[in-house]
Amino acid sequence: MAEQALSNENTLTEGFAGIAEDWSADKQAFHVPWGKAMMWIFLLSDTFIFSCFLTGYMHVRMNTTVAWPFPSEVFALTVFGAHIPLILIAIMTFILISSSGTMAMAVNFGYRKNRKVTAALMAATALFGLSFVGMQAFEWTKLIEEGVRPWGNPFGAAQFGSAFFMITGFHGLHVSIGVIYLSVVAFKVYRGDFDRADNYEAVEIAGLYWHFVDLVWVFIFAFFYLW
Amino acid sequence: MAYVALADREQELSHPHSFLTKYIWSQDHKVIAIQYGLTAIAVGVVALILSVMMRLQLGFPDTFSLIHPSEYYQFVTMHGMIMVIYLLTALFLGGFGNYLIPLMVGARDMVFPYLNMLSYWFYLVSVIILMSSFFVTGGPTGAGWTLYPPQAIMQGTPGADAGIILMLVSLAVFIIAFTMGGLNYVTTVLQARTRGMTLMRMPLSVWGIFTATVLGLLAFPALLVSAIMMAFDKILGTSFFMPAIISLGEQTEYMGGSPVLFQHLFWFFGHPEVYIVALPAFGIVSDLLSTHARKNIFGYRMMVWAIVGIGGLSFIVWAHHMYVSGMNPYFGFFFATTTLIIAVPTAIKVYNWVLTLWQGDIHLTVPMLFAIAFIFTFIHGGLTGIFLGNVVVDLPLSDTYFVIAHFHMVMGVSPILVVFGAIYHWYPKMTGRMYNERLGQAHFWMTFLGTYSIYLPMHYLGFLGVPRRYYAYEGIEFIPQSAIELNAAITIAAIIVALTQIIFFVNMTWSLFKGKKADPNPWGSASLEWQTPDTPPIHGNWGPELPTVYRWAYDYSVPGADKDFISQDTAPSDTAPETNT
Repeated sequence: MAEQALSNENTLTEGFAGIAEDWSADKQAFHVPWGKAMMWIFLLSDTFIFSCFLTGYMHVRMNTTVAWPFPSEVFALTVFGAHIPLILIAIMTFILISSSGTMAMAVNFGYRKNRKVTAALMAATALFGLSFVGMQAFEWTKLIEEGVRPWGNPFGAAQFGSAFFMITGFHGLHVSIGVIYLSVVAFKVYRGDFDRADNYEAVEIAGLYWHFVDLVWVFIFAFFYLW
Repeated sequence: MAYVALADREQELSHPHSFLTKYIWSQDHKVIAIQYGLTAIAVGVVALILSVMMRLQLGFPDTFSLIHPSEYYQFVTMHGMIMVIYLLTALFLGGFGNYLIPLMVGARDMVFPYLNMLSYWFYLVSVIILMSSFFVTGGPTGAGWTLYPPQAIMQGTPGADAGIILMLVSLAVFIIAFTMGGLNYVTTVLQARTRGMTLMRMPLSVWGIFTATVLGLLAFPALLVSAIMMAFDKILGTSFFMPAIISLGEQTEYMGGSPVLFQHLFWFFGHPEVYIVALPAFGIVSDLLSTHARKNIFGYRMMVWAIVGIGGLSFIVWAHHMYVSGMNPYFGFFFATTTLIIAVPTAIKVYNWVLTLWQGDIHLTVPMLFAIAFIFTFIHGGLTGIFLGNVVVDLPLSDTYFVIAHFHMVMGVSPILVVFGAIYHWYPKMTGRMYNERLGQAHFWMTFLGTYSIYLPMHYLGFLGVPRRYYAYEGIEFIPQSAIELNAAITIAAIIVALTQIIFFVNMTWSLFKGKKADPNPWGSASLEWQTPDTPPIHGNWGPELPTVYRWAYDYSVPGADKDFISQDTAPSDTAPETNT
């Protein structure tokens, strides 16, 4: 951003001394708004939550006495007569990553103070998110119909169901909260709140959260579905 | 738009009008701090009473039949959990953090006052949930404060029906509350300092609280996750932590889970938690020592780096709590090494405290007495920590009274002494009145000597091999009669220490109304919180303009200066100030 460039231009010290100088400046350590700094710190904390979930899951997976179900088979769908492994998850992942794209565009248009396009792109992001949650609900329903429960399932180790519902549930909760959060910010953008304040930071802060939720999904996808 | 630092921009402060918004639903960090503090102390008194009940049972097992084994375990559990999390964490970060950070860095308030208010109310909810477990069927959980599965959720453990669930829910709510507060503290320290207040000019109290908050934000997630997983094991019947197990003669539904996983998750939180409690104490005690010895803190930079270093190291030592858990012995080597490395920055801090006192003009005020006592108890607890950090020495001492003595010395008595010292030190600022000096001295000597007579003998009990968490010791051959008698003596000391705290409460309450009016800066302290235009500071803290900081917080007894201290907001051109601005 231009602001950042301005404040950093004058005295740039190299190496560790530079880092120390930046950090020991008065007033603020990072040249970002308070809300953005706080969102970053929150996301760092949230990263630890998901890391604990995932390491916990990996630990139980390696320790089970019964064989772990084969995810590619469990999450396969038969579409138009073709048996495709992981097809739904692939679509969900694609949608979520696309939503990151629309979010990034919304942030861009926000900085150009383009009220309507920003609001529309954020609404599109929220809709993508909503469809993700919808597909997740479909996936849950399908597995529950097949007899997968948190305490046991017909495919193998009981911890499969436990970890699945817990991790995707916790992530789905994040997506759902994100959809509500994005909708509120989109509404405020549309109403012109940020034009009056001449400040579209809230869009970028919401975007940070959304990108984080997407990034976490990539890890869940890799460690839970692909492993 | 030219870049204007956020701290300099016009801010909107909520201006409370009614009693309700001023003192109850307040967004003022000082009011929230006092709400946090009072709630934490109230719940701490409950934990203190529980510990007296346990001591009565241990000291006079046949005399007091009001405590049954299951209640004993419930008291052990609740005492530990309340003291560590709901008292110390909440008091240091929610209480002192809230009060001191904005004042010490020269901000008008926390960066997000509304969130800050919400943090307190969530904390209150978590305390209410925890306390409600005393009134449900089966009572609170008796699983021990570490809540180890499988026994924590198995039938036969006290409170296995409702108590454990309430405990887990309460912890989750506490973590939400802490996160809301913690984000505020970290962002305020990083982003909302006043002109001239660089990070390396911040008082060590702020450094300690700041680093502890960062630790909390990274460590509490592990507790949250383990609480969620254990709640699932209990409520939904999953088997994250539960192996195949036979209970009451029947095979349970559980199968294939890993109890050690819980221990790893718990201690990944649990060890940083020790430093979440200790680092604010380190920081505050540095400020107390420097102020009351009229001498700058020795090695300020090293003190800062030691705090940060200890904070970082605290994340890679967790399994030293698990030497006897059956994990791979090679881990023991790694974790013993990292544990002993922590002794280096800790020793730096202790040397620096002692060197701060060296040739200082020591004023033995009540806060100073508590601060010096902290050095004693902390060295003591730290040295026994070296015993327990080594695998071979730890194994025979595991689960004995030696462990109890160690951690009560290092994270029970030491931080509590600092809490008392800090309350006495900042009491004039918070209330505008002085405490009663005599009562304060009496409180100090009884508490300090009393706690020593409680915990020093416990080391001896530990060497004898007296196991902890036992309800009664009759008929155990290797425990001599002297140990039983010692237990009675410890109990008497514990009761005296508990009763001594009445002096403290009387002093605080009496002084609030009848105490001598305090000067704005009774200790002649250089740091910023004593330079506010009003005492106690009003909402918004500073007058029309934020203060400007020109120096560090430790300019005491500077040669050539008029006074024996130069406040942080004194300009270099004006080093002989008659008026504090």
